Amino acid sequence: MSTVADKSHPPAATPQTSIRRTLWSLWSKNHAGALAALAALVLFNLVFTPNFATMQTLSVNLSQVCVIVIVGVGMTLVIATGGIDLSVGSIMAIAGALSPQIFQGQWFPVPNLYLAIALGIVIPILIAGLFGLFNGWLVASFGVQPIIATLILFIAGRGIAQVSSNGDLQVFKLPEFQQIAIGRVLGVPFQVWIMLAIVLVAAWILRRSVFGRQVLAVGGNQDAARLAGIPVARVQLLVYVISGACAGVAGLLVIAMNSAADANLIGMGAELDAIAAVAVGGTLLTGGRATIVGTLLGALIIQLVRYTLLANGVPDAAALLVKAALIVMAVWLQRQDRA
Amino acid sequence: MQGLHRTAGFGVVIALILVLIFSGLRYDGFFSEYNVLSVLRYNSMFALVGLGMCFVIMTGGIDLSVGSVAALGSVTAAYLSPYGLIPGLFGGVAAGLVVGVINGFVIVRMKVLPFIATLAMMLGASGTALLLSGQQSVPASYDTNFMALGQGDFLFLAPDWVISDDAGFFGNVLHVLFSFPIPAWMALIAYGLGSLLLNRTAFGRHVLAIGGGEEASRLMGLPVDRTIFLVYVMSGMLSGLAGVILAAQFGAGQPIEGIGWELFAIASVVVGGTLLTGGKGSVASTLAGTLLLGILFTVLNFENGMGWISLSAYWQSVLRGAFLFVVVILQSRLVRTAQA
Repeated sequence: MSTVADKSHPPAATPQTSIRRTLWSLWSKNHAGALAALAALVLFNLVFTPNFATMQTLSVNLSQVCVIVIVGVGMTLVIATGGIDLSVGSIMAIAGALSPQIFQGQWFPVPNLYLAIALGIVIPILIAGLFGLFNGWLVASFGVQPIIATLILFIAGRGIAQVSSNGDLQVFKLPEFQQIAIGRVLGVPFQVWIMLAIVLVAAWILRRSVFGRQVLAVGGNQDAARLAGIPVARVQLLVYVISGACAGVAGLLVIAMNSAADANLIGMGAELDAIAAVAVGGTLLTGGRATIVGTLLGALIIQLVRYTLLANGVPDAAALLVKAALIVMAVWLQRQDRA
Repeated sequence: MQGLHRTAGFGVVIALILVLIFSGLRYDGFFSEYNVLSVLRYNSMFALVGLGMCFVIMTGGIDLSVGSVAALGSVTAAYLSPYGLIPGLFGGVAAGLVVGVINGFVIVRMKVLPFIATLAMMLGASGTALLLSGQQSVPASYDTNFMALGQGDFLFLAPDWVISDDAGFFGNVLHVLFSFPIPAWMALIAYGLGSLLLNRTAFGRHVLAIGGGEEASRLMGLPVDRTIFLVYVMSGMLSGLAGVILAAQFGAGQPIEGIGWELFAIASVVVGGTLLTGGKGSVASTLAGTLLLGILFTVLNFENGMGWISLSAYWQSVLRGAFLFVVVILQSRLVRTAQA
């Protein structure tokens, strides 16, 4: 399966063209289907949904999709190795619950507001990464199936978040911190820039770096990868760490948007949304073939479908049914492609 | 390898007995009639879901939809409960059956990975439950005997001398049997049948063979597709039945219940020593695994009651996770030793 990914390798580039080629190589003709679906959705909305073509609609949809995309990026890398990460929602809750405790000085007194905010961002992401490391350790060192290894933190992680905050809603008013979600740069919410940065870096890593090649090789055929001298265990460890850290970032965005942290709710069901985005985006769920840009498109499609249904008066419960059908269709089409 | 799952299954039974002895000595009233019966009544739902999950996992698959199927089953049963016990019971199970058939079809015919197919069904069933119920819990009817499915027992059948205070030892034993909750009876019977199915029928052998090696089983001419289809149908029906009990126990169909049940069921199956890769498993130790995980929660409540520590209810998920961690590590060690 790794050969499938290799086909998209462009021929050796001269330095002048390399940047353009790098950007171009993040694109793939496999995205045509997803893009067509997205275009059809936008077109439908332009015709049928009132007030669709406004900055506000765009802003609402982008803000809601950010969290899914960021979690989805980590999930894509994990799935590319043939794994899965069910614990992302719980890790989001941990990061989201810890951050206010840190910047409000409940752990240790912090003299400076900006230092407090910096610590309140960095420490939770590091801790989220450590929880990811725990997942990776179980998968890489003990050979536990990923779905079970990450099930442990799925169950325990939210408990840890709830215990740390006593299950209370932590409300805070800290505009400086909330800038990471609601501040605007060039009229676009700051979290959208964070999302784009993460997507670009991850897409580049997956396509162009040695690590990215190794990720796909491990997912394509783990034994073959090991025999080829690829450090399989290290690759597995790293993808779960990245997934954990991405979930940490997403958790911070959620609390910054709400100006409150509720350990019971942060990231609830995020693993489903992320997996759905990955599947709809065209990443092979058995590993070996993956696309970050596809995950971005997949998340946009899912969000836009939900928005379309809601804006046209269809209840949220029916949107769940549509999402379910969407996931099955996407995966089924993938199979037809390969056959 | 043969003795492996026996060893693990044995381990969970020992652990269960140790926890029971410890709790019985430490807490007053742990073995009181009230506590024992409420533990049995509550955990019978999880036991049923765990049984279906056990069969699915033994084929090497997974069913993530069980929780929302239970929710759907409870809503259906609650709607049908005014017509009586039987329509409510069959309605809930039929809802599960339909979901199981769709799961099986998507997995066997459309060749979608079980994990994704049932994940989608988790959303689909939950969406259907919410649509049916208008996003609210559906009160079940108290006018019919539907509630007996969740709260009843057979005490009304017991002769007078059994219930009287001087019934003697034999009478007391009978008393316990008669006051055994109906949902617990259903779970026990389901496990008895499940055990027979696994160990004494061709179907059971096929399940284990497929989990051991799907391609090999296919080449040997075993009915692989039919068997896989059937385990998902079974899992759906058992989840629907758990939903019926849920509705009868809480007096209402609960469209948003069942979140996280799939993980609890998987955890019970794993704790029971069934190999997650399929091919090896035991029905009885899944029951022991369910009881062990369920009792841990009760133990936590009692420990809080002692006043030495005060652990919030949030600790129970941390403890369950920690427990699953220990079991998973042990299981991977066992597998390695067995393979070495």
